[in-house]
Amino acid sequence: MDWQLLISQLLNGLQLGMLLFLLAAGLTLIFGIMDFINLSHGSFYMIGAFVCATLVERTGSLIASVVIAVVIVFGVGLLVERFVARKLYAHDHLDQVLVTFGLILIFDTLAHLIWGAAGMTIPLPAWLNGQIDIAGVIIPGYRVLIISAGLAVVVGLFFLVTRSRLGMLIRAGASNRTMVTALGVNIDRLYLVVFALGAALAGFAGMLIAPITEASIGMGNEIIIVAFVVVIVGGIGSIKGAFVSAILIGFIDTLGRSYLDDLLSLFLATRYAETAAPALSAMTIYILMASVLAFRPQGLFPPASSMR
Amino acid sequence: MSLAIRNLNKSFGGIMASSDVNLDIEENETHAIVGPNGSGKTTLIAQLSGIIVPDSGTIHFNGVDITRAPSHRHAHIGLARSFQITSVIMPMTLVENVMMAAQSVSGHSFRFWRPISLERDLRERAMQYLEDVGLKDVSGSEARAVSHGQRRQLEIAMALALNPRLLLLDEPMAGMGKRESGRIVELLAGLKGKMTMVLVEHDMDAVFALADTASVLVDGSIIATGPAAEVRANPEVQRAYLGDLHA
Amino acid sequence: MKPSAPRRVSWGVYGTLFLFLLAAPPVLVWADQPFYMDLLTRVLILSIAASSLNLILGYGGMISLGHAAFVGLGAYSVAIPSYYGIYSGYLHLGIAIAACVLFALVTGAICLRTRGVYFIMITLAFAQMLYFTFVSLEEYGADDGLLIYQRSEFSGLLNLENPGVLYYLAMGVLAGCLGLMNRLIHSRFGRVIVGIRHNEPRMQSLGYNTYRYKLACYAISGAMAGISGFLLGNFTYFISPEMMDWTRSGELIFMVVLGGTGVLLAPVAGTAVFLLLEEILSAFTVYWHLLFGGFLIAIVLFGRGGLHGLVEKLERRNHSR
Ligand SMILES: Nc1ncnc2c1ncn2[C@@H]1O[C@H](COP(=O)(O)OP(=O)(O)OP(=O)(O)O)[C@@H](O)[C@H]1O
Ligand SMILES: [Mg+2]
Repeated sequence: MDWQLLISQLLNGLQLGMLLFLLAAGLTLIFGIMDFINLSHGSFYMIGAFVCATLVERTGSLIASVVIAVVIVFGVGLLVERFVARKLYAHDHLDQVLVTFGLILIFDTLAHLIWGAAGMTIPLPAWLNGQIDIAGVIIPGYRVLIISAGLAVVVGLFFLVTRSRLGMLIRAGASNRTMVTALGVNIDRLYLVVFALGAALAGFAGMLIAPITEASIGMGNEIIIVAFVVVIVGGIGSIKGAFVSAILIGFIDTLGRSYLDDLLSLFLATRYAETAAPALSAMTIYILMASVLAFRPQGLFPPASSMR
Repeated sequence: MSLAIRNLNKSFGGIMASSDVNLDIEENETHAIVGPNGSGKTTLIAQLSGIIVPDSGTIHFNGVDITRAPSHRHAHIGLARSFQITSVIMPMTLVENVMMAAQSVSGHSFRFWRPISLERDLRERAMQYLEDVGLKDVSGSEARAVSHGQRRQLEIAMALALNPRLLLLDEPMAGMGKRESGRIVELLAGLKGKMTMVLVEHDMDAVFALADTASVLVDGSIIATGPAAEVRANPEVQRAYLGDLHA
Repeated sequence: MKPSAPRRVSWGVYGTLFLFLLAAPPVLVWADQPFYMDLLTRVLILSIAASSLNLILGYGGMISLGHAAFVGLGAYSVAIPSYYGIYSGYLHLGIAIAACVLFALVTGAICLRTRGVYFIMITLAFAQMLYFTFVSLEEYGADDGLLIYQRSEFSGLLNLENPGVLYYLAMGVLAGCLGLMNRLIHSRFGRVIVGIRHNEPRMQSLGYNTYRYKLACYAISGAMAGISGFLLGNFTYFISPEMMDWTRSGELIFMVVLGGTGVLLAPVAGTAVFLLLEEILSAFTVYWHLLFGGFLIAIVLFGRGGLHGLVEKLERRNHSR
């Protein structure tokens, strides 16, 4: 067994899990609290990456750029909520699907207009470009940063949700909307903040990945589907569920891609295993989703009261 | 024995909506269930009709265990219900609504080619039920266009169109005008003895005009059951329920 | 206000559209305009897909965001046998229908247990699964897709290489599908589907096993979309996973809504306008998606009922004058 490979694959899985969680956290809250399906959530991921890349180009400082970019994406989230999403909460899901699909087209084209058709890279400062050597296993430093940044957000989010007043409202909202209204809370403001917070988290994920993949048009449109799967598996409205299933799916997807052919060649001739493995590994997370749904139609962690 | 309920329990969080409910209802008997608001009447009906699965206990209908049967099975073994909160198909006309019910119990519906408009007998039967509940004149109106009271009447027509042996009626007269509810009482009186009926109702005059037997439900438990007149006279019942209402 | 009078006039609109489509090929051939001929063929083929989506979405209320997967499966049913030198059109069509029904039954069995947002996301996820599966199949061109060197053969009966034949075949299939749907909607089965859309719990308590009816409807719709894919593969001589991408499914929904959901012929008009707009706008600017997205949002927020609703409104106004 190649331990170096296994460890680096595990880290890749963890990294994917973190990114998925950052995307899914906002999605699941927006589904759970506002009953709003936002296909264009991936656009915030892209906007985050582009804004951050631009800022790095201008300022040269990655940290400062990330901080400013998160604030900017939060602002974009505020605008989208205020002028588009809010008008749609009372509409049916079909309308929400169509409008947010339209938003994707608009955001992708705007990105094209502003940043051009080619992608943008974010150069890493030297201190992040190095390798870390832990007992003979070599790990890229930036991987560690992504994972720690993800973990930091997880911890922050858990504190926010479990300890703050906003968090209390979020939890109440995800399980029982009428109750929150009955508490006399300013619902409009709660929705606004939750939406923008979700946008900022998605944007942050885009910033984290951009130094590896580069910022490109439509970069959010594929990963967002996986984030949907994370939300379904975790249970709509559940942050905890989103976290568990994001990590699970991150691992399964990564390990599936690298080890499935070895596994299959135990049963099949190598030739067939090599053809079947990629197709099968493309399916693993969906098979996981289907099996979870077969036993738990509401996902792993359904919100406390399942009125909806 | 038409309906046999044994040790039925159902709780929602801390609330016991059904608490060790035992009840036997004879064939062709009309049984009334009364009780204050929130006492678990609708929850009991929902369990009988397969919409809510009890936490424990059993329900037998004509000797068949239906405790966990899916709700769509019930109509086919002769068990129909009306809903306390009106539930009809709003954009369809009244006659189409009743036809929907009649269609369900006359053969299967995996028929893709023949237009429903050619099925005269379905329409005729539907019209008959509409006439019975007093809706003949508005049979061509969409359900969303008629009054609330008329939709309540439609509920009953739809339940009857399933041709049931056991009819569960959850406050059928609630929200109807005096004239309509009089008509429904008359209709039900005519059906009495032809099928088993379980009637949840707040209107005591209607209840005791129709029911052979009655049960009183308080906080999910049956506190009294027996012949209607005895239940009405039971002092505990008077205190717990009837007294409150008329106070 | 009786809707019957304007509706009859709308038939006039659709009748005109039909005559136009019927007469177009000879005129376009005479005028030597193969580009418009191609455009119209595409309208016909995608109208089949949009109409099949209308069956589940408009009549059945099932918002599937994965319908393009069926179209892609249909096209691969032409491409993959052809890759092995099998050109029989009957076989291609048979495989397309069988594959789509199978995919619909397997995925439908899971996603129809759920509703609302779950249903939308799961149809989306399954379509994406198929997309990634084909992306990972190196043998069949992966990302780049497969070229189809020769159109399906219907030995002696039809020569699809002739654009006119393919055109009229597409038109015939479209007419057949719409005729079938028309019967379906007014049959027992169709009434049940419409009833489920409006009040599923009530239909259950009336004794309908709604799950089975929805699954059957989903499979019928999938098969129709597969036939559309069969035609599309033949028409474009090409298929790639991109045809199954979820944004394609989004476009199909747009076509249906643009025409008017739950109206038999409306998606044809929706598809025509969609493709026409795409041609015009994309010739006008590379940033046409911006206008397109704005248009989409405007339709939803201000144009309820789609084109059909608009025509109806105009006609009603004329009537009342
Ligand atoms: N789905 C549910 N979730 C949580 N609690 C419920 C649910 N359905 C009913 N309850 C509770 O169970 C209790 C019994 O309700 P139920 O509707 O059966 O009463 P009822 O006797 O029909 O009242 P009413 O006369 O007002 O119709 C009530 O306290 C109610 O709040
Ligand atoms: Mg009740």
